[in-house]
Amino acid sequence: MKALQDAMPLIEKTSRLVGTSAERRLNLARLPWLEWWIKSRWPLLIVRSVTLAAFIFTILAGLVGSPVGSHNFAIIFVWIAWWTALKLLFIPLGGRSWCSVCPLPMPGEWLQAGGLISKAGNANGFGLRWPRRLRGYWLASGLFLLIGMFSAVTLTDARLTAWILLILLVSALALSLVFERRAFCSYLCPIGGFTGLYAKTAPLEVRVIHPAVCKTHSEKTCYLHCPWGIYPLAMRDSSQCGLCMECLRVCEYDNIALNLRPFGSDLAVSQPKTGLDETLLALVMLSSALSFSAVFTGPWGWLKSAAYAIGSPAWLAYSAAYLALSLLVLPGLYALAVWLSRNAGEIGKPLKRLIAEQAQPLLPLGLFTWIAFTIDFAFPKFSLILSVLSDPLGWGWDLFGTAGASIHPAILGAAPMLQVGAVLVGLFWSVNLGQRRVETQQANWRAALPVAAFSLLYSLLMLWLLVG
Amino acid sequence: MIRWKKITFWGLIASLGLGFSLAPLPARANSGAHKVFTLQAKRYAFWPAVLVVNPGDRVTIELIPQDVVHGLSIDNYDLNMTADPGQTTSLTFIAGQPGSYTMRCSVTCGAMHPFMIGRLQVGQNDLLWRAAGLALLAAVAGIFWRRV
Repeated sequence: MKALQDAMPLIEKTSRLVGTSAERRLNLARLPWLEWWIKSRWPLLIVRSVTLAAFIFTILAGLVGSPVGSHNFAIIFVWIAWWTALKLLFIPLGGRSWCSVCPLPMPGEWLQAGGLISKAGNANGFGLRWPRRLRGYWLASGLFLLIGMFSAVTLTDARLTAWILLILLVSALALSLVFERRAFCSYLCPIGGFTGLYAKTAPLEVRVIHPAVCKTHSEKTCYLHCPWGIYPLAMRDSSQCGLCMECLRVCEYDNIALNLRPFGSDLAVSQPKTGLDETLLALVMLSSALSFSAVFTGPWGWLKSAAYAIGSPAWLAYSAAYLALSLLVLPGLYALAVWLSRNAGEIGKPLKRLIAEQAQPLLPLGLFTWIAFTIDFAFPKFSLILSVLSDPLGWGWDLFGTAGASIHPAILGAAPMLQVGAVLVGLFWSVNLGQRRVETQQANWRAALPVAAFSLLYSLLMLWLLVG
Repeated sequence: MIRWKKITFWGLIASLGLGFSLAPLPARANSGAHKVFTLQAKRYAFWPAVLVVNPGDRVTIELIPQDVVHGLSIDNYDLNMTADPGQTTSLTFIAGQPGSYTMRCSVTCGAMHPFMIGRLQVGQNDLLWRAAGLALLAAVAGIFWRRV
C-alpha cells in the first residue's frame, strides 16, 4: 500500500492526462452484483468445464453419429449454433469473450499451470517463446484460407468436423507443452485470428485504471500470470486479450478494469499499431465472406458441387479462384485504392504503412458482412438445433419431443431486410472510419474517396449475392 | 450557421433514405397469368435456378428429381412438396409481393442438402435496388458525417 500512497500524486496527474480516454467507460468489475462473478475463478472454471464436456461430446457425436450432417450434433452445434453465436453475439458484443471459455486451450493451460484453478504459469513444459518471425496474423490467415478451401466438406461432413476439432485440441495441447502461454490461440488458431481482428469493434475491454500505479509496481503480477502474455499497461487494443480476467484477479492494487465502452473504440485511435498481417487477414475475411455467400447461399449448383468435390479439377479451379480472390484480386484493388488515396491527399507516408493503417475501415465492413452472410446461412437451419438436441446422433431418438421441429417461413421472409441492414451499418461505419483516418493525417477529404469506393463496391457485390 | 448546415445535411440524408426505402418503383402490372415451370432437381441444384414471375401470377411448379428424393419449399410461402426420382409432383400458388425468395430442397438429399437453393423472383427485385440506393447514401453519409 505504501507504493500506492507514494504514487498518488503521479496517479492524479496521469488520471487527468488519460481522462479523455477513460471517459464513456463503465467499469463492470466495480458493479457490486458483478464483481464476484468476474473476479472469482470458479464461475469461469464451471463454464469452461461445461464447454469442454460439450466439445468432447461433439467430437464423439461426429465420429459415431449419423454421417448425414443435418442430423448430427457435431455439424449443427459447431457450424450452425456456435459459429452463428460467435458472429452475432460473442464478437459484436464481447470481442474475444468466447476465448475465455473456449475448450481448445484448456487441457494445455491446466497442464502449464499445474492445476485446474491455479494462476497461469509454466509448471510443466518447456515454456519456449514463440518465434518472432512467426508472430502476427500470417499463420492464422493461411489456416483460415486452408479451411476455406475445404469449407463445403468441413461444414457438412460430421466425421471431418470431429477430426478437425480433435487435431485442433491436440495441437493446442502439444504447443502448450513446448511454448509458453497460449501460443496456439495467439498465433495459430484460425478462429482466434477472426475473433481477434473483430474484437477491436466490440464494446468490451480490459484496461489499466491508473497507468502510474503500474509504472511503480515492479512485480508485474498481471503480466506474469496472463495466459496470453500481455502486459495490460502496454495494451493498445483488445485484439490479443482473451478476457480471462486473470489480470484483474492478481492485481494487488485493484487497478485493472473490465470496461464497457463505445463500439469501435480501438479503431478510433490516431496512430493504430497495425501491420500488413492484419490487413491481409481483414482482406481474407472479406474474400471469404464473398466466396462463402456465393457457394452456400447462391443458386449455383455447379459451384457447390465444385467446392464439395475435393481433389477434382472443378475443386482445384474453385480453390484457385478463392485463393486468387483472397491473395490477388481484393488485395490488389485495395492497394490501388490506398495508392489513389495517398496521391489524392498528398500523404507523405510510405504506401506500405498506409496500407496497414487503412486496414481499420475494413474491420466493421468485414464484421457486418459476415453477420449478413450468417443470417442467410444459419436462420433457415435453426430448427435443426432443436432437432439434434432431441436426436444428437441421428439415431432416430426424440428425447425432448423436438426432433421434428421446423421454422416458420415468415421468419425466413424477414431475413433479407436484416441482411441489408447489417451491410449498410458496416458500410457506413467503414466509410466514416476511413474519413476519420484521412482527417488524422491532415489530408484533403477527397483522399477518403478511393477506399470508400472500395467499401461501396464490395458492399454492392455482397448485397447482390445475398438479396439479389 | 454550422448548426443549420448540419440540420440541412442530415434532413437531406434522412429524406433520401426514406425516399429510397419507401418510394414506389416502376413495377410490371399484375398480369394474373398462369405460369408453369418444370423444375429439375439434382444434387445440389435446381434447374432452372431462377424462376421469374409477376406479382399475382398463378404459378405451377412441376418438380422432377433426377437422382434422389428431393423436396421444395420457398421462404415466406407456406408450402412444401416432395417428389421421388423420375416422378413429377406439382404445386400451384399465387405469387405475392415483389422480391427475390429462396427456394430450398426440403428433403435431406445428401451432404450439401442444406445449401441446395434456387430463387423465385417475383416482379423486379425492389429490395436489391432500394438497398443499392441506401448503400450509396450510407457511403455519402459516412464521408460527410464529421464534415458538416
